[in-house]
Amino acid sequence: MLSKEEVEIVVLSLKVAFASVIFSVPLAVACAWVLARCSFPGKTLFDALVHLPLVLPPVVIGYFLLVMFGKNGWIGGALDAWFGVTFAFRWTGAALAAGVMGFPLMVRAIRLAIEAVPVRLEWAARTLGASRWRVFFTVTLPLAIPGLAVGVLLAFARSLGEFGATITFVSNIPGETQTLPLAIYNLTQSPGADAAILKLCIVSIVLSVAALAASEWVNRVARRRQSA
Amino acid sequence: MIEVDIKKRFNAQTEISAKFASDASVVALFGRSGSGKTTVVNAMAGLVKADRGHIRVDGVTLFDSERAINMPAEQRGIGYVFQDGLLFPHLSVKQNLFYGARRLSPAHDGASSIPFDQVVDLLGIGGLMARDTPSLSGGEKQRIAIGRALLSRPRLLLMDEPLASLDSGRRGEILRLIERVRDEFGVRIVYVSHSIGEVSRLADDVVLMNDGKVVACAATEEIFNRADLRPFTGRFEGGALIEAHAVRHDMKYFLTTFKFDGGELIAPGVDTPVGARVRIRIRARDVTLATERPRGLSIRNILEGTVGAIDNRGGAISEVHVLLAGPGALSGRELLARVSTQALDEMQLTPGQPVFALIKAIAFDKRSMGFSA
Repeated sequence: MLSKEEVEIVVLSLKVAFASVIFSVPLAVACAWVLARCSFPGKTLFDALVHLPLVLPPVVIGYFLLVMFGKNGWIGGALDAWFGVTFAFRWTGAALAAGVMGFPLMVRAIRLAIEAVPVRLEWAARTLGASRWRVFFTVTLPLAIPGLAVGVLLAFARSLGEFGATITFVSNIPGETQTLPLAIYNLTQSPGADAAILKLCIVSIVLSVAALAASEWVNRVARRRQSA
Repeated sequence: MIEVDIKKRFNAQTEISAKFASDASVVALFGRSGSGKTTVVNAMAGLVKADRGHIRVDGVTLFDSERAINMPAEQRGIGYVFQDGLLFPHLSVKQNLFYGARRLSPAHDGASSIPFDQVVDLLGIGGLMARDTPSLSGGEKQRIAIGRALLSRPRLLLMDEPLASLDSGRRGEILRLIERVRDEFGVRIVYVSHSIGEVSRLADDVVLMNDGKVVACAATEEIFNRADLRPFTGRFEGGALIEAHAVRHDMKYFLTTFKFDGGELIAPGVDTPVGARVRIRIRARDVTLATERPRGLSIRNILEGTVGAIDNRGGAISEVHVLLAGPGALSGRELLARVSTQALDEMQLTPGQPVFALIKAIAFDKRSMGFSA
């Protein structure tokens, strides 16, 4: 079975993936709603900005994060000084990198789901006296839940697999920032570790399949509620 | 009082320009599809913003471009029944009904009291409470949609082609319900339709729209009987609209007799008290003409009159206006008869000539009669 170090790697990977997804969801929902329902000058630019992590090399993103969120970065320095929150070379930094990389995938899925909700249903709610906020939380969001589940799954899987941005931003520190892909990469650098590599690969596959099954289940429950 | 005077431009070709005012309990926006009716009600509901103008309901300004007033839709207190119901699919029937009931606060100055039980009773939706929303039939959905809008206690209820997505059987049913909603709850209704039958049954005032503009706004009877508006109204299905009242029921043959300025009409028995006002639509194609009083005919209604204008656009069919004599000399009641041009020539009908208009009793069905309390 798994050794103590291997369990630590799996636990850290899950912690990083969950944290990245949980903190991304509110922001991704907000961005998706803005992209789906609003039109404003500079929307194309905003859309491109959201998609940047999808098209740029992960190493470039990792470097940007290092520059901005490192100890001496503009944002990282301020966060450290005011709130004592540090990203550099911490698991929180790995979560930030994973969150940024998975962000466009999550926004895309949620945006499609929101666009699929008929605007006229929202109109109906407003003529019944519901404010924009109430319309969003009682009509738009509940109807977009299946798409939200897909977005969360994609981002979660992407987080579990994040490599380039993470290693650039927070390095490869066992017990702090060494997630599954980084550990596997490490093992490939030393000879005779084939069995250990295979074990971690199987763990990766199991985690991904479990995430897929969970999202499928959420999806099915949401659909059953809507069209039974 | 509903006052609307708005302009909205969509592109170089399409501009909606609507101006009308009405104090009627049911105002219909009537016109072909694409004539801008829906845009006008959407602007009234606050779902679409007009470029210029104002919208006032009972003295409350909902929109005024000059004073920069644009009340948000949720504050207008205007209920809206959409063509396709638009029930929330993820909510139960009961949750749908209660969605707008938050307005039940006494501070709201909207409609008078509209108790939940009474709405459920009238609409006959008590048995649907436990059902899943997506499993409802079209007619059931529309009942819930009407109930949902009513329970939000609107100061005004907009209905945009509420019968359009229903089969003909359900249409009559829902139309009857709308009449009862109007009579029992006293809710003012703005009814959008391109169906002459629905509009002539329900509406007191009609706003006639064509090509994005209001052509006329007047009492229903006037709109459908005015010759100059026939290009807009007659195109659908020519006919005349008559205000009458029930005078007696024949229990043996189950017939009801109605009296109007131009005479009496016999129709299949309807369940309405003697004295009740009724608006009857006589379709032009149901009217037959004769130059002398016929005998030995099964036709029940024979009305005396004189030939008025004759419209013959060169086709096989002509339309003859018949000015009814009636008891009170110049009643001004006019019928429209659609006859073949060949018959017209054989009978040598000319304006001013006495003529008899024949209408079968069974030409009147429930759909051609509108009742009001």
